[in-house]
Amino acid sequence: MHDAHAIDLKPGSRWRSAVCESEIIVVRAPAAPVLLCIGGAPVLEAGRDQPAGRAPDGALAEGTLLGKRYADETSGLELLCTRSGAGTITVAGRRATILAPRKLPASD
Amino acid sequence: MNIALLLEMATDGAGDRVALGSHSGGTSYAGLLRLARNTAGWLASQDGERAAVLDGNSPAVPLLLFGAALAGRQFAPVSYRLASAQLRAVLGRLAPGVLIAGPGAALPEPLPDGITAWRREQLLAAAANPSGGAVPSPAAPDDPAVLLFTSGTSGEPKAAVLRHRQLVAYIIGSVEFLSAGPREATLVSAPPYHIAGISAILSSVYAGRRIVQLEAFDPESWVRLVNNEHITHAMLVPTMLTRIVDYLVATGERVPSLRHLSYGGGQMPVQTIETALRLLRHVDFVNAYGLTETSSTIAVLEPADHRRFFSSDDPGERRRLGSAGRALPAVQIEIRDPDGALVKPGVAGEVFVRGEQVAGEYLDGNRQDGDGWFATRDAGHLDEDGYLFLHGRLDDVIVRGGENLSPGEIEDVLLAHPAVRDVAVIGLPDAQWGEQVVAVVVPADGVAADGTALQHWVRDRLRSSRTPSRVEFVPALPYNETGKVLRRRLREQFGGAS
Repeated sequence: MHDAHAIDLKPGSRWRSAVCESEIIVVRAPAAPVLLCIGGAPVLEAGRDQPAGRAPDGALAEGTLLGKRYADETSGLELLCTRSGAGTITVAGRRATILAPRKLPASD
Repeated sequence: MNIALLLEMATDGAGDRVALGSHSGGTSYAGLLRLARNTAGWLASQDGERAAVLDGNSPAVPLLLFGAALAGRQFAPVSYRLASAQLRAVLGRLAPGVLIAGPGAALPEPLPDGITAWRREQLLAAAANPSGGAVPSPAAPDDPAVLLFTSGTSGEPKAAVLRHRQLVAYIIGSVEFLSAGPREATLVSAPPYHIAGISAILSSVYAGRRIVQLEAFDPESWVRLVNNEHITHAMLVPTMLTRIVDYLVATGERVPSLRHLSYGGGQMPVQTIETALRLLRHVDFVNAYGLTETSSTIAVLEPADHRRFFSSDDPGERRRLGSAGRALPAVQIEIRDPDGALVKPGVAGEVFVRGEQVAGEYLDGNRQDGDGWFATRDAGHLDEDGYLFLHGRLDDVIVRGGENLSPGEIEDVLLAHPAVRDVAVIGLPDAQWGEQVVAVVVPADGVAADGTALQHWVRDRLRSSRTPSRVEFVPALPYNETGKVLRRRLREQFGGAS
């Protein structure tokens, strides 16, 4: 996978899929700029318009889940899904994995 | 990104679920977001960067917290217990901006320049409808979200600055999204000008846990509301838990719906915890340690720890019941000596903390070092398994003959004596030892207190260096509004005589 579309993913920055409803926020930045896709297409900055008539790649359509954290161990990237969608998150071609729920007790 | 994202996500995920108020007739997440957006529209039509509130817990607090974020304004809850001159000074530092005043609030006359006051009812009326006026421009991640005047037990109040990225990092890093069951409800009784009052709103919204507000705390109202509203979760500061335990023991009332109780915001006497654990066997206890400057909790003693240490016969394990638990996964805690060097487990020093949720900033500047570490001014030690023991504020540690003594350790021993209702141990100047240990005791009702007997009691249980050289008796100890003993005042009161 080439990285011509690699982007600088700052913590707190928000992105949306170009091909589904998914939206994400960067929780932990990767060590270096990396290609981030949802449903097979590079993500767009939040608030940007999606190109019309596109859909997720059929092989990358497992969907994203609101409130779940996704991580890519190789790059160190961690994301939070802020809106669910049909596409799959990939980082430099690798499928991001869902992090297990925390077991911290409520403290406030 | 700002803290309103948390409410937007809860609305997307569970928009119809009740967010605030009674199970029937409360406001849903979608409704709360709508009200917050209307509040933002109203704020955008007002002058000034600050949205202050002088109120107990009421719907105005979450509306302003999220509304200010959506309007790029800074939310500043102010204590309604401040004396008029202090309140005027605090409001002067917040100008220009609006001030929302609750029904009981006494406003200084005249108000400082640049502060426009509105009644809570006026805000709630404005929030009921879209303003149609100025378009609000939301806060950026690095903008200040909340200004909190740290109560402090010494000196002038300082305004701590908490930024959106820090509060969001705290919530995302410690709360699982919509993890609360649909029947869960939390009772918020910490005042809105306390960090726990703010973090309770943010964590509960993100967890999807219904919020019920207690406008002003007293134990009877708290117990009644828990039972009427089927409250499952609550957070308490030390004096609140002590008063609730006393109330439950005295009345025989119980709180069967309660499942989870967190406490923090100051040293909790171990006796209070043990009594509470015996009384409320069906409840999970969490000790949370945190500061305003760290966006709330940085270490927790979990429910399983409470059960294990409470029932343990091993003195080392048993002692951990009085610890603040271990650092949150996203937080680093270190203990350093006065020269800034790391100390070994078991050795006391100053507690330092680092993490994305750590702000360490005041209106007059940032106090983090170049590597992001914040000096808490709390004294403590870590044991070999990373359990954090707090010894009180660094300024309160007693240095006697070169030995650092923790007031809390001596207080716990004295509290176990039947003649002691309440106690504060302070250090006073001493020609020979540098400082001497002085116990200021509130005698238990109807029990004659004997200073010499109390000295023997401590000597038999701790080392002789920890034995008070003086025991003073008072009818009550001075506390600030969030339950911290004002040791400075006791030092002034008893420091003159000898």
